[in-house]
Amino acid sequence: MMAASRDGYGDGLLEISNDRHVVVLEADLGKSTKSLHFRKANPERTVSCGIGEQNMMLIAAGLASCGYKPFASTFAIFTERAFEQVRNGIARPNLPVHICGSHGGSHTGTDGSSAQSIEDLAIYRSLPNMTVMHPCDDVSASVLTQQCLELSGPSYMRTARNKTPVIHAEREAELQIGKGVLLKQGSDVALIACGVLVSKSLEAAAELENAGISACVIDMHTIKPLDTKLLDDIVIDTGCVVTAEDHSIIGGLGGAVAEHLSSSTPVPLERVGVKDRFGESGQAEEMLDLLNINTADIVEAAKRAIERKNRS
Amino acid sequence: MVTEPSRTARLEDIARHCRAHILRMTHRAAAGHPGGSLSEIDILTALYHQRLRVRPEEPDWPDRDRFILSKGHASPGMYAILAEKGFITHSDLESYRVLGGICQGHVDMKWTPGVDFSAGSLGMGLSFGIGCSIAARLDESERTTWVMLGDGELQEGSVWEAVMAAKHHELGNLKVIVDMNGIQNDDFVDVQMRMFDIPAKWSGFGWPVKVIDGHDMEEILDGIAWADSITDGPAVIIAHTVKGKGVSFMENNPAFHGAAPSDEQLAQGLEELGFDGGEL
Ligand SMILES: Cc1ncc(C[n+]2csc(CCOP(=O)(O)OP(=O)(O)O)c2C)c(N)n1
Ligand SMILES: [Mg+2]
Repeated sequence: MMAASRDGYGDGLLEISNDRHVVVLEADLGKSTKSLHFRKANPERTVSCGIGEQNMMLIAAGLASCGYKPFASTFAIFTERAFEQVRNGIARPNLPVHICGSHGGSHTGTDGSSAQSIEDLAIYRSLPNMTVMHPCDDVSASVLTQQCLELSGPSYMRTARNKTPVIHAEREAELQIGKGVLLKQGSDVALIACGVLVSKSLEAAAELENAGISACVIDMHTIKPLDTKLLDDIVIDTGCVVTAEDHSIIGGLGGAVAEHLSSSTPVPLERVGVKDRFGESGQAEEMLDLLNINTADIVEAAKRAIERKNRS
Repeated sequence: MVTEPSRTARLEDIARHCRAHILRMTHRAAAGHPGGSLSEIDILTALYHQRLRVRPEEPDWPDRDRFILSKGHASPGMYAILAEKGFITHSDLESYRVLGGICQGHVDMKWTPGVDFSAGSLGMGLSFGIGCSIAARLDESERTTWVMLGDGELQEGSVWEAVMAAKHHELGNLKVIVDMNGIQNDDFVDVQMRMFDIPAKWSGFGWPVKVIDGHDMEEILDGIAWADSITDGPAVIIAHTVKGKGVSFMENNPAFHGAAPSDEQLAQGLEELGFDGGEL
């Protein structure tokens, strides 16, 4: 089954709409981010901010300061316009504003590089108080959206525009903000992925299996706080790691894992991600190929990691 | 509106004490922003001592009116009025800009009881105030939100996103006051970036506008009453003020946007305000 994680955000908002303190803010992209379902059901608790992202983030902050639970969404790339508002107006006073950046990553496709946020996870991860998530499917996007109500501070969640395989159906109970999900056991290498590259990592693990390599796969939907416990446990078993994300290799999941491992258990780490460049117009799959972040790249990275492990 | 002289005189005296606090705080810290604190202080005095429904003994009272000092660098004015109102003590004022002190360089809701918004970055307060106003509307509360902006601050483009949004949503519980002192950081507003007819800009976005003298207590109180009388949408008061008001060498002097008085200047300033230096 295929679905887009942005639909999960839309579902998640509906699921929590009975809480009268949940409010939704839109910047003329509700049809795209999928907040429109909430708007249709709860127009009085939906705030149209026009095409004004900076204003939207701070209206959300004001609402949060008065006890509301605001969910503000636009494309991931356009949340970045309001970075300083998020930094100073939301993260600094630690207000529980939940930002959803949809259409993240190169996977968003033919709109081209202006729309392909490949740095959002890095910039939001650098903010104190911020929880940063990038779910891989609609099921987990919905569950994590609902769990935002339990957070006492702000969060950023990236969702994807295009459909990807549904991974977590019937496994909702395993999902928890801050906890990675072990999707497949394996002992030679750990594939740690987020977002659209989770299903690609499962594919890669299957290919590796055919080549006699046992790879475990983790959906690290929460990039911050990173599930370092799971990471440490896995690394003891596998002795090498591959990270995979539709994001710059600088500062995202790969960066977070590298930072942690370098100060705990330094093991060979290969980062599959966008190598410090911008994308261009293309279909989602074409983009993953162009940027060398597709299944084959994960397979190759896994082999490199194992080779480095064996050499040392 | 007829105001009995005693009330006006009382407010003017509170403002006079606040001005002395502002001088002392910036002098002690050898830093800070006296100019914009002195220009705003008469308005803050009228708001806090005549209008805002707040509880100094319960600063987080959920149903309080909100006051958003968007020009958060003018924090000495805010701390002075919070001390006069009893939210903080007079000795708290000594912690202005001191490590661990509750009076941070720029107003911060996480540090100071009575502060409703963490400012410091210009152009943010009106948007935040809109959020507070929408929250009050959803709560079906009568509480109001008052936002003070600087005139230089109006050069931030996002302010006008907020101006548009507040009118679009017809926030009758939102009141804005612009401290139009004609000076910003480096120089006069008209040198840095001319804005021409500021009242016309607000009315062009559909806002009712009232222009007042921001140092005339009667006019300030009238302006506040006027803003309160408008309940079907937001209203803005454009207050003509003098940066550094009340201290001769600071008045209309861009140098005192962000510079503290020296020992001699403190003494002279206090004297001009009617304090002998030992008082307070
Ligand atoms: C976004 C942002 N840019 C620059 C500054 C630095 N700054 C602090 S105060 C100031 C001038 C403000 O002028 P105005 O709004 O007129 O305030 P007032 O005259 O009342 O002090 C500037 C540029 C800032 N605080 N925020
Ligand atoms: Mg000014």
